[in-house]
Amino acid sequence: MSLDPATVRRIARLARIGIDESDLPALQRELNGILGWIEQLNEVDIDNVEPMVGTGHAALRMREDVVTDGDAREAVLSNAPDAAGPYYTVPKVVE
Amino acid sequence: MTYLIEGRDGPWELVVGLEVHAQVISQSKLFSGASASYGGEPNTHVSLVDAGFPGMLPVINRECVAQAVRTGLGLKARVNLESRFDRKNYFYADLPTGYQISQFTHPIIGEGAIEIELADGSTRMIGITRLHLEQDAGKSMHDQDPARSFIDLNRAGVALMEIVSEPDIRSPEEAGAYLRKLRMILRYLGTCDGNMEEGSMRADVNVSVRKAGEPFRTRCEIKNVNSIRYVMQAIEVEAVRQVEIWESGGSVDQETRLFDPARSETRSLRSKEDAHDYRYFPDPDLLPLVIEEAWVQDLAAHLPELPDAKRQRFQDEYGIPRYDAGVLVAEQATADFYETVARGRDPRLAANWVIGDFFAALNRTGRTIQDSPISADALGGMLDLITDGTINGKIAKDVFEEMLESGESAAEIVERKGLRQVTDTGAIDAAVQAVLDKNPDKLAEYRSGKDKLFGFFVGQVMKAMAGKGNPALVNEALKKVL
Repeated sequence: MSLDPATVRRIARLARIGIDESDLPALQRELNGILGWIEQLNEVDIDNVEPMVGTGHAALRMREDVVTDGDAREAVLSNAPDAAGPYYTVPKVVE
Repeated sequence: MTYLIEGRDGPWELVVGLEVHAQVISQSKLFSGASASYGGEPNTHVSLVDAGFPGMLPVINRECVAQAVRTGLGLKARVNLESRFDRKNYFYADLPTGYQISQFTHPIIGEGAIEIELADGSTRMIGITRLHLEQDAGKSMHDQDPARSFIDLNRAGVALMEIVSEPDIRSPEEAGAYLRKLRMILRYLGTCDGNMEEGSMRADVNVSVRKAGEPFRTRCEIKNVNSIRYVMQAIEVEAVRQVEIWESGGSVDQETRLFDPARSETRSLRSKEDAHDYRYFPDPDLLPLVIEEAWVQDLAAHLPELPDAKRQRFQDEYGIPRYDAGVLVAEQATADFYETVARGRDPRLAANWVIGDFFAALNRTGRTIQDSPISADALGGMLDLITDGTINGKIAKDVFEEMLESGESAAEIVERKGLRQVTDTGAIDAAVQAVLDKNPDKLAEYRSGKDKLFGFFVGQVMKAMAGKGNPALVNEALKKVL
């Protein structure tokens, strides 16, 4: 499998990464290199092998349903570049 | 009854599947300890996890998992003891992390089914494909400022259940019946309040059309429809739009659309052209969710009686008609109210009064069963007075109205206003005689064969006794004299 320049452009857009047209050939080469690696891995026969998600038999720990957090608007908004009163603001999103 | 859209070249069949987002009832959020309650000052129900700060890690809420399992059990669906969480990536200002934690390849709940009932009394099974847990996003406000959108993250991270149906729905009516039934089940289970106005239940509607016997054609998804009526309207207009496209030689594009109720039309959401390219991958912050069979069984053992089972029990135990039983179980509070009234009393009489005069009174006064002006015990007390002969059915209606206004018990009203039914045969005979004396002409007509006048005499006697005569005794006394 190999990616054409249009697909590379599309992936960049989905990830909101701005790239120059001049960077496309290099990125295409890098991504195709990674995909080549994945294809090698795909050659291993893993039929009847359960996916391994980590070492040991770890499963998700659950917490009890109690309110332990929140009421920290100042901290929450502390890094907002343009907060207005109690809100974050962003350049207008037009639907 | 088959729902068909009449096209130029013949009838088209409708194919609909629904994705319902149901907000889970819980104290705190799915992956953070911030409050999940509705409302609250902007950005106060927000933890640094919800706000997507670096280094914050999600920890799952056991109760949200339990709610999903309960819902799965209520939908008679398969519970997957192992499920996983994935990241669904998209960029939007009210999604601080840039991804929604969701379940893509391994949902917690698999196939199930809902039985729906249509207006003509027929029933159909609608398949459930899956139910998975995911996070809600925050709220954007676009009307506060000319150049900026305002973001409130109170809702961000609240647990949602996405419940996906099979494309089994064939008419707007079936879609409405499916949503009502699903909402009823969720409310009975206490897993979602089903309030569509507040957005705690929303539907995405997948619509396509086809000729009978064909495989599925391309579908469109109508996003975020927030009332059952709108879902039904959206399906209707979208189906007509698609039929027109196919018949004019075009083809339907798979796309996301928006329903505009004011114009009764659907519109393309071009901004969502990448909307289906979510680049899902397993969330590296979260291990698989593994639950114990014993825990699932414990949750199953504590499920409340669900609407279908309750309806059947009402029919069997109380001997009331299926339709009445359906009306009474529509809401759990109504069913509980009825059972309190019916306990130790004539269950049919109880059903008639609850469905008839009592519901009418609630409607008229704009009250709900929760803040009903007449308690179940008070209504039961009035039925006791009917059953033991203290008052007759006609007087009972007056007593009921009085209870509604004054809040007094039926017994108090009957005493105060002297409404006790007259069973003294002497008094009844006297009233009968007085009526006959006053209407010699009618009496003559009756005697010459005009049997229908019997009703007239009954009415006159009851009137003379201010409605308080025991109807059976009045009848008897009249028959004797006539």
